[in-house]
Amino acid sequence: MSTISLHDTHNHDSHDDHGHHKETFLTKYVFSQDHKMIAKQFLITGIIMAVIAMGLSILFRIQLAWPDKSFPLLETFLGKWAEGGRIKPDFYLALVTIHGTIMVFFVLTAGLSGTFSNLLIPLQIGARDMASPFLNMLSYWFFFTACVIMMSSFFIQTGPASAGWTVYPPLSALPTAISGSGLGMTLWLISMVLFVASSLMGGINYVSTILNMRTKGMDLWKMPLTIWAFFLTAVLGILSFPVLVAGVVLLVFDRSFGTSFYLSDIVMGTQVLPNEGGSPILWQHLFWFLGHPEVYIVIMPAMGLSSEIMSVNSRKPIFGYHAMIYSLIGITILSFIVWGHHMFVTGMNPLLGGVFMITTLIIAVPSAVKTFNWLATLWRGNIRFTPAMLFAIGMVSFFISGGLTGIFLGNASLDINLHDTYFVIAHFHLVMGSAAIFGMLAGVYHYFPKMFGRLMSSKLGYLHFWITFICAYLVFFPLHFLGLDGVPRRYYAFTEFEFMQKWVTVNILVTWSAIIAAMAQVAFLFNFFYSIFKGKVSSQNPWGANTLEWTTPVERLHGNWPGEIPTVYRWPYDYSKPGAEEDFIPQTVPFSQTMSSNMPHDFEGNAEAERIQREWEEKEEAAGRTKLD
Amino acid sequence: MSLRKLISNKTIAALAVIVTAFANTSAFAQAAAATAEKPVDMGPVYKTATFYVLAFLLVCLFVAIVGKALKVYELTREAQDKPKGINWDAINGGLFALFLIVGLYGVYWEYTVHGNMILPEAASEHGKKIDQMFNITLILTTIVFIVTHILLFAFAYFYKHSGKRKAYYYPHNNTIERIWTIIPALVLTVLVLMGFLTWRSIFYKVEDPNNKPISIEITSSQFAWAIRYAGADGVVGLKNYKLITSDNALGIDFKDKKTLDDQLAEVMVIPVNKPVRLILTSKDVIHSFYMPHFRVQLNTVPGMTSYFEFTPTITTEEMKAKTNDPKFKYLFLCNKICGDGHYKMQREVKVVSQAEYDAWVAELPTYLTDDLRKQFNLPVASAPASEPAAAAPADTAAKDTSAVKTNQIALKK
Repeated sequence: MSTISLHDTHNHDSHDDHGHHKETFLTKYVFSQDHKMIAKQFLITGIIMAVIAMGLSILFRIQLAWPDKSFPLLETFLGKWAEGGRIKPDFYLALVTIHGTIMVFFVLTAGLSGTFSNLLIPLQIGARDMASPFLNMLSYWFFFTACVIMMSSFFIQTGPASAGWTVYPPLSALPTAISGSGLGMTLWLISMVLFVASSLMGGINYVSTILNMRTKGMDLWKMPLTIWAFFLTAVLGILSFPVLVAGVVLLVFDRSFGTSFYLSDIVMGTQVLPNEGGSPILWQHLFWFLGHPEVYIVIMPAMGLSSEIMSVNSRKPIFGYHAMIYSLIGITILSFIVWGHHMFVTGMNPLLGGVFMITTLIIAVPSAVKTFNWLATLWRGNIRFTPAMLFAIGMVSFFISGGLTGIFLGNASLDINLHDTYFVIAHFHLVMGSAAIFGMLAGVYHYFPKMFGRLMSSKLGYLHFWITFICAYLVFFPLHFLGLDGVPRRYYAFTEFEFMQKWVTVNILVTWSAIIAAMAQVAFLFNFFYSIFKGKVSSQNPWGANTLEWTTPVERLHGNWPGEIPTVYRWPYDYSKPGAEEDFIPQTVPFSQTMSSNMPHDFEGNAEAERIQREWEEKEEAAGRTKLD
Repeated sequence: MSLRKLISNKTIAALAVIVTAFANTSAFAQAAAATAEKPVDMGPVYKTATFYVLAFLLVCLFVAIVGKALKVYELTREAQDKPKGINWDAINGGLFALFLIVGLYGVYWEYTVHGNMILPEAASEHGKKIDQMFNITLILTTIVFIVTHILLFAFAYFYKHSGKRKAYYYPHNNTIERIWTIIPALVLTVLVLMGFLTWRSIFYKVEDPNNKPISIEITSSQFAWAIRYAGADGVVGLKNYKLITSDNALGIDFKDKKTLDDQLAEVMVIPVNKPVRLILTSKDVIHSFYMPHFRVQLNTVPGMTSYFEFTPTITTEEMKAKTNDPKFKYLFLCNKICGDGHYKMQREVKVVSQAEYDAWVAELPTYLTDDLRKQFNLPVASAPASEPAAAAPADTAAKDTSAVKTNQIALKK
């Protein structure tokens, strides 16, 4: 099966090959090497992990809103972690830690990149499958194992890792410092190593597929923005994830083999630890060297999906296609030299603080360009509000709201007072949490027909969007003000401080909004799983889109196209081109068939083509017909 | 015809469901009315999970009914060959417009209501610069936030789908793109420069020989703070984590004579308008020393000493008047996850006049107790003469009694 791509020119053979090949349940649904099935595996695992992580967030939101109330039901479910119906402080920290880890890595990295890179890369560049389908399968199963190990830490005596999702040592290194740093932390580290392996196998596959397996005519500047986004995301992942593994391995050494990479001069109670010469700051450097690119790994696929979806549903080319790509490249490069902005107040040399502030604020420029280009794409469009389009617009809104507060936090001077407060929580939950999840949901609604051959209900989609959109703002907008009042994050309760009392009512509002938002996801889950089996059967190109994936049959063959792989002649954004019969021209339509709508710059300086076009236009004029406008 | 039959069946079914639902609610209402004479305590009901599960199921049922009704309506329109029933593009476009208006009001409300609940003005010299920087950034970002959102939602509203119109083919415009690359770049350059200068002014301080900072050492541990004053010599003496015992919790090295006059405080008292140099250390894990009112924060890292210098400008009493809150107090707290007691780590800070500070600091017990003296083979406290002469500029008699008194207090502990 992995040789399918080699059979491009002998399609007939490879097709026959298929007929003889018997697929069992195991090879089709479990150990599948088909990129579309792997995409679905990633998506459904991602959705399950998202539901779990959302559930965890509701648990700690309940604790924050009603710190003095007891909920006997919690004890029924959580046992000793919620004795007397109240969540314990160490379990609270475990909840926030695992919520963060799952959301950032398992949902927004694997669930988002894993799903849509796998689904769209071969389909949109015109390949029969990934460069290495076997690695692709391994990538999913490593991810799945990582998920299982991470969740298994809820079933051990000492509880899951609870040093925050950034697991700063010494807290994460010393089981005596917090109970979660016992076996739970070991499981966290193992799970992370497996996850990074999965992510690397995926990333290498994505990059090599995009670079080597594009169909005829698909040069880099004809690729949809989704592919550009996935490509750069994969590059980021390949370059930064190994650094996390290096950090993780050193932490494993410190925890289990008595080394002192991150530990020095520590006394637990009165027990003096023997470690000397290490630095906890080293971990922060290694972690954030991945950690910052990681937030772009999370947001760039969402940007790519939103760009594509907004263009399709505005029936308008994406504004500034080249600028969009250059800004993605700019973000990719800059994201490697800004990690220090997470460390302004760690006691790092202040000189570095100044440097990192400069590089950080520069990132706002490509981000601003992208935002303005999205707005320009909507301008004078003919916008169809499919659920996917709603979520893409929501993504832009969150990206603006959350991105702007980044200008505060990227400024080292302002960060002194905002660091680790609720302002940070509000900032990144909008810009990478909500924005990325909205990009992902937009992708799910838009590409559902490509995955399952059916359509999701749009009315339930509208309901899902509006409740989620409003509630996400209700949850995160007020949190900025808690941060401006100096309320720190990761506080189990606000009861110990006089000045925090006034925020408890706000917490109740936030928690109720979060609960309602969570309930709205039931609409999505029902819609998703119901539509897999009972949804309206989709047509081949339900959204009238230009890209290659919509030239494949609805039945979703292994190998994607029954016959020859189509050739690409034009960029993917010829929507509402003047002179064209329909409001979209697929990438597979040659210019010779659209003489009436061709424009001079379409030919990219090809003199022969320009001459033919000129002759045609002269002939038309001679025939007394003017070009449609 | 069979389609019509189906529709009528569905309509009847939907009606039946609605009727049942209403009948149920009215039945509940009747039941409620029947027991209206003596008020029922609904408190326990609201506390049961079953109540919320049922409420949620009811909402789901309601959504399902509405969904069915919409479907029936659309099918009827289709069957009667009328144009499509509901224009969802218009509804969603309208909702975006509505969201914009309500959202803008919501932002205004947030800024004015929650915006009034935030920290009072900065109580330190550099804090004023930070606040100024903050306000400039806030104004700029608010403008961008409002303008881009008006554009986003207004475009969504005005350019919603219409069969009559075709979208405007507008793939790029290099001039516009250049403009909206350069303008953000210029604005950010200004912000970067201002931020950079502010940052440098905070961390690269030139010492004023006439106004030397007082040194205070902070040691964080799970889940407490220790505040050590330098004593009369103005220097915080050496410590070594390997010397930590239950008596000598900070691991002070008494071979260093500068440690002998060091004092331990429960509350951080600092004189107004006098620079304070904080020496930040940690005993176990990373904590973060955070004084929100003074715009001061720096992590305390085991194995690494860090420093933060600031000058308080507003006394606690003045701040009470300014905030109109007689209970107002300054404090510092832990702002880096450090374990399950993280949410409790705090200490009070008092900013007082120089005279009050001098009086307070004179009363402060020394770290060195009789027990420690025995341990380190130092002469016991009843012989104050053995203390460094520099440590006793005040009249010795007063100092003696206070020292003895404080030692007794320390022993009681």
